[in-house]
This record gives sequence, C-alpha cells and structure tokens, in this order.
Amino acid sequence: MSVRLHGLLAEFADAEHLLAAVRRARADGYYASGIEAYSPYPIEGLDKELGARHHRVAFWMLIGAIGGGAFTYWLEWHSAVVNYPINIGGRPLFSWPAFIPPAVEMAILWAVLLGVLAVLYGARLPRVHHPLFANHEFERATSDHFFLLVRGDDPRFDAQATQQFLAGLSPLSVVAVAQE
Amino acid sequence: MSAVLPRDTLPPVIAPDETNASISAKISDAALRRPTGWLWIAGFGLALLLCGLLFVGICWLLYAGLGIFGLNIPVAWSFFIANYVWWIAIGMGGTFISAAMYLTRQGWRNSINRFAEAMTVFAVSVSGIFPILHLGRPWFFYWLFPYPDVMNLWPQWRSSLEWDFWAILAYLIVSIVYWYIGMLPDLATLRDRAPTLAQARFYGLLSLGWRGEARHWMRLEQFNLITAGLAVTLVFSVHSMVALDFSEGLVPGWHETIFPPFFVAGALFSGFAMVLVLGIPLRKWFGFEAYLTERHIVNMAKMMLAAGLFVDYSYFSEIFTAFYSMDKYDVAMTMHRVVGPYAWVFWGTVLFNVLLIQLLWFPRIRRNAAAVFVIALGVLIGMWLERFMLIVTSLYEDFLPSAWGMFWPTLWDILFLIGSIGLFFFMFLLFARLLPMLSMFELRKLVASQRRTEARP
Repeated sequence: MSVRLHGLLAEFADAEHLLAAVRRARADGYYASGIEAYSPYPIEGLDKELGARHHRVAFWMLIGAIGGGAFTYWLEWHSAVVNYPINIGGRPLFSWPAFIPPAVEMAILWAVLLGVLAVLYGARLPRVHHPLFANHEFERATSDHFFLLVRGDDPRFDAQATQQFLAGLSPLSVVAVAQE
Repeated sequence: MSAVLPRDTLPPVIAPDETNASISAKISDAALRRPTGWLWIAGFGLALLLCGLLFVGICWLLYAGLGIFGLNIPVAWSFFIANYVWWIAIGMGGTFISAAMYLTRQGWRNSINRFAEAMTVFAVSVSGIFPILHLGRPWFFYWLFPYPDVMNLWPQWRSSLEWDFWAILAYLIVSIVYWYIGMLPDLATLRDRAPTLAQARFYGLLSLGWRGEARHWMRLEQFNLITAGLAVTLVFSVHSMVALDFSEGLVPGWHETIFPPFFVAGALFSGFAMVLVLGIPLRKWFGFEAYLTERHIVNMAKMMLAAGLFVDYSYFSEIFTAFYSMDKYDVAMTMHRVVGPYAWVFWGTVLFNVLLIQLLWFPRIRRNAAAVFVIALGVLIGMWLERFMLIVTSLYEDFLPSAWGMFWPTLWDILFLIGSIGLFFFMFLLFARLLPMLSMFELRKLVASQRRTEARP
C-alpha cells in the first residue's frame, strides 16, 4: 500500500441514488460508522439507513433548560431572601410567582446555547480543513450533488474491492480521497 | 369538491423548473458575483450618513444628558420608549414566520425565513440601544445584572422592567444563534462556489467547515425543531413583558389586562409589515421572483390583515372597557385621546392600522405588490403612532389637572428615530450584499418534497 487513503468517494446525481447506495453498502457488510453520506439538504430517512439511532442534541437542550432555569430561580431566591432581605410594602421576600419570568427566559437561553454546542460537538465542528475539501468534485456536495464516502478505516475497506463495489452503484464518478 | 372551491390561480410556492443547481447558483451568485449596483451604494451611503448622525446624537446624549429631549414631568417616557417597543415588535414578526410557520409546516415560509430572521436580529439589536440610553446614566446599565458587588445591590426581581432585561437578553442571543446556525449550510455553499480565494476563506471561516453529512444534518434538524418551539415561546413571553412594563403602572391607559396579547398582536402586525416592506424590493432587485412568488405576497398580506384585525379588536376593547368601567379617569383619558391635542395621533393610527388595511380584503389589491408595499409601509407608520399614542396620551393629562403638561419632541428626539432606521438599514444592506438572503438548503428541501407529492399517484 503506497498512499494511505482517507477513503473512496462516489458521486451521485440525486438523493434516490444516494439512498440506494447507502442501503447496498450496509447490505454488503460495511459498518455504519465507516460510511458517510453527504447531501446538499437533509434527506428524510438517510440517518436511519446509516444506523444512527440516538444523538444527544435534545438531551443537552433539556439539561440546559433545567440548569439555566433552576440556577436563575435559585439566584433570585438567594439574593432576595438570604443575601439581602428587604421588606418593601410588606411583600413576601420569596415572591415566587414574580421570580418565574426571568427563570423561564434563562431556561430557553441555556437550552439553545447547549443545543448549539451539542450540534457542533456532535459534528466535530468547527473544523475548517478536512481531507474531503482537497477534492474538486466535493465542492458540489453543498450545491446539487450527493456523495457516499467509504472510509479507509472501515474493517471491510479494501482499495480495489471497494472501488469495484462503488463503481457498481452507477455513480457519476469514484475518486480516492488522500489522507492529510 | 374542486367544483365548489374557486380555482387557485396563484403560482406555486416555487417555480416548477427550479432545481438544486439553479437554486444554489442564483442565490449564492447574489452574494458572490453580482456587481455592487449604484442603488445599493446609494442606499448604503444614506444609511451610513444616518448612522453617523445617530453616533453624534449618542455622544451628545452622553455628554449633555437626557435634558436634550423633550421629555419632562408628566411625560417622562416618550420617543425613546416608543422607538424601543416599535423596533422589538418588528423583530417578533421575523421569529414568528421562521419558527411558528416551521412548526406548522408552511412550506412557503422556506423562502422568506432567512431574511425575516436577519430582520429580527437587526431590529432587536437596534431596539436594545434605546432602553439603555434612556437610563439617564447609561454607563451603569450593568446594574441590571445580578453580580456580587461591594454595594450589595441586587436587581428588583419583582419588577417587570427587570424581567424585560432578561427577556431581551435571551431573545437577542437566541435569535442571533438560531439565525447563524441555520445559515451554516448556506455559508458552506458560498464557500464551495466562491470564485476567489479570499471569498472562499471568508465564507470558509464563517461556515465552520460544514460538510453536510447525514448525521450532521440530523443534529441540525433536531436543533432547529426544538429551537423553533422555544422561539415561539420567546415571541409571546418577551413581548408580553414589554407590555407588562406598562400595565404594571397605575396609569389610566396603561393599567389594563389586555396589554400583553394586544402588544403581541401589534408585534406580529408590524413584523409582517416589515417583512413585506423588505421582501417586495428584494424580490424585484435581485430577481428572486421564482422563490418569492405572488403567492408569498398574498399569503403575507393575509397574515398581516389577520394580525391587524386582532389589533383593531384591542383598540375597540380598550375604548369599550373605559366607558363600561365608568372610571372617570379612564373615560377622561379616552376622551383626551380621541379629541384632545394629540387627537391627530389617534386618528392617524386609526387611518393606517384600522382603515387602510381593510383594502387587503380585496384579492386584486393583495395581488398588487406595489399596493401591498404601500399598505405595509402605512402599517409601520401607524404602529409607531400607536406606540406614541399609548405612551404619551396616557401620561400627559393624568389624575391632577395641576400636573398636566404637553410633550414636544426636540430635534434630537427625531434624530434618534431616523438614526435608528439608518442603523437598521446599514446592517440589512450589508446582509443583502454579503450573506445568503434566502435559505438555499430549505428551498432544496421544498423542491424535493414537491417532487415527492407530484410522484404520488
């Protein structure tokens, strides 16, 4: 083996071909973690074909909502009841209904902020350089073409056999992606 | 069934010959290759000039203090608060289009949500200037924030003004994040289509290296869905808190339980109007007729009319309740509004927000882009007048006749209003020049879903 490959990249003209290709690759024994499917818009059902079952965006958003809301509410209680209790017109120190609005707003804010972190971390972004970007063909992945990548670290990957397998899926092109 | 319904003569939400390639090419070329026209330069120059005026105004305000404005006792709130409510209300419409119509699967919203969200971000940013500069000593604005300081000062958590601070803070950050994260895939398209290395680097950094892998899409979609749900909550809660700033006060004309829903309706009304005021020229100048079709204008006009009717009902209800309560202060306040020295503000509001929008009942007018544009512009003016009316005519003649007094704006009052419009257009024109104005990946999704419906027998 002369050059270590990042993987082999097959290019398709439409979403149906990509979906069929992913199905064939999975049926052929490639691991879901070893293949990647690129499309210019989210394709319904593609993630299921890739065997992705759970991802933690909703979970982290829930954690953010609970954490942000609870902390704000605690802060309001602490500052108004413990740290600086002051009687204004006989209003209760712990005015619990009036403390709800800021807590709700902060729950929403922290849910969204943790959600963004979960999206970016899950996609390992930001990463402005990537082996795929060296391929001229891949520039169309964000415009109008669809790509299937079989990564070199898939146990079933074999430069020649995988090349033949991809060529059998009637792609527009199959190119080798060099490692960085 | 189809024999009973009138024939739908409107064009489809997206021209049938549009493909993934043509969407990517047309929308990204508007940012990448389109020469900067003289119209853009002229508009940008004017906006820059107004920003300069705003800057001069802010410097003078910081030096001389709030005395440069026409406000005094009894009218201690005026232009600044009206501007603030007006701008933040405009922002609400953008979030509503982008979030609530995403949740209700209104496919046609895919071509307007991007610039509507941009409008939200800029309008909320502009609105935030006003309450801070109105503090008297704006350099202490951070006292609103709870932090362990040596003076042992804590914010007053029971006050709706403090709630407002948290609401705006959350709303501003959430709308920026929602807008930017939703734009990543389109920034990646610009990166990959950039004709020069400098552009590729610029958009490459902005897109954070987005590649469009299926699992990345899945996470982004889930984030967008949940954030949309949260953003709708924000629209209603934030503007309700803006309304509570007023209704917590014991002033006739402010102390009303109808204020929160009334303000939210007004927010959506002016937000839809601003989307039309921005969208109709964009469509023409950038040749986006294939994406922003006649159907979009008609639909938006209908939504603006619906929101307007809610607002009109609130006007009616306010007046009715004042007389029904037989509270002599409420009745007097209402009479001052209708026939007092500020009657022209009341009748101007009625003209723009009640009478003019009734034209939108006619299909011929809804389908006429120029007419809809003029009506929407009228709504923006009417909504500003309404804010002014609610604030000033509630304050200028309150309980004791000995404490009555008029409010006259100074030149600085007017300069800050015009300057804020300049700042908004400064940001919006930069957006129109540099960033993807329509959401390309959502339009591709729309095309794909239409193909699927057509293929179905």
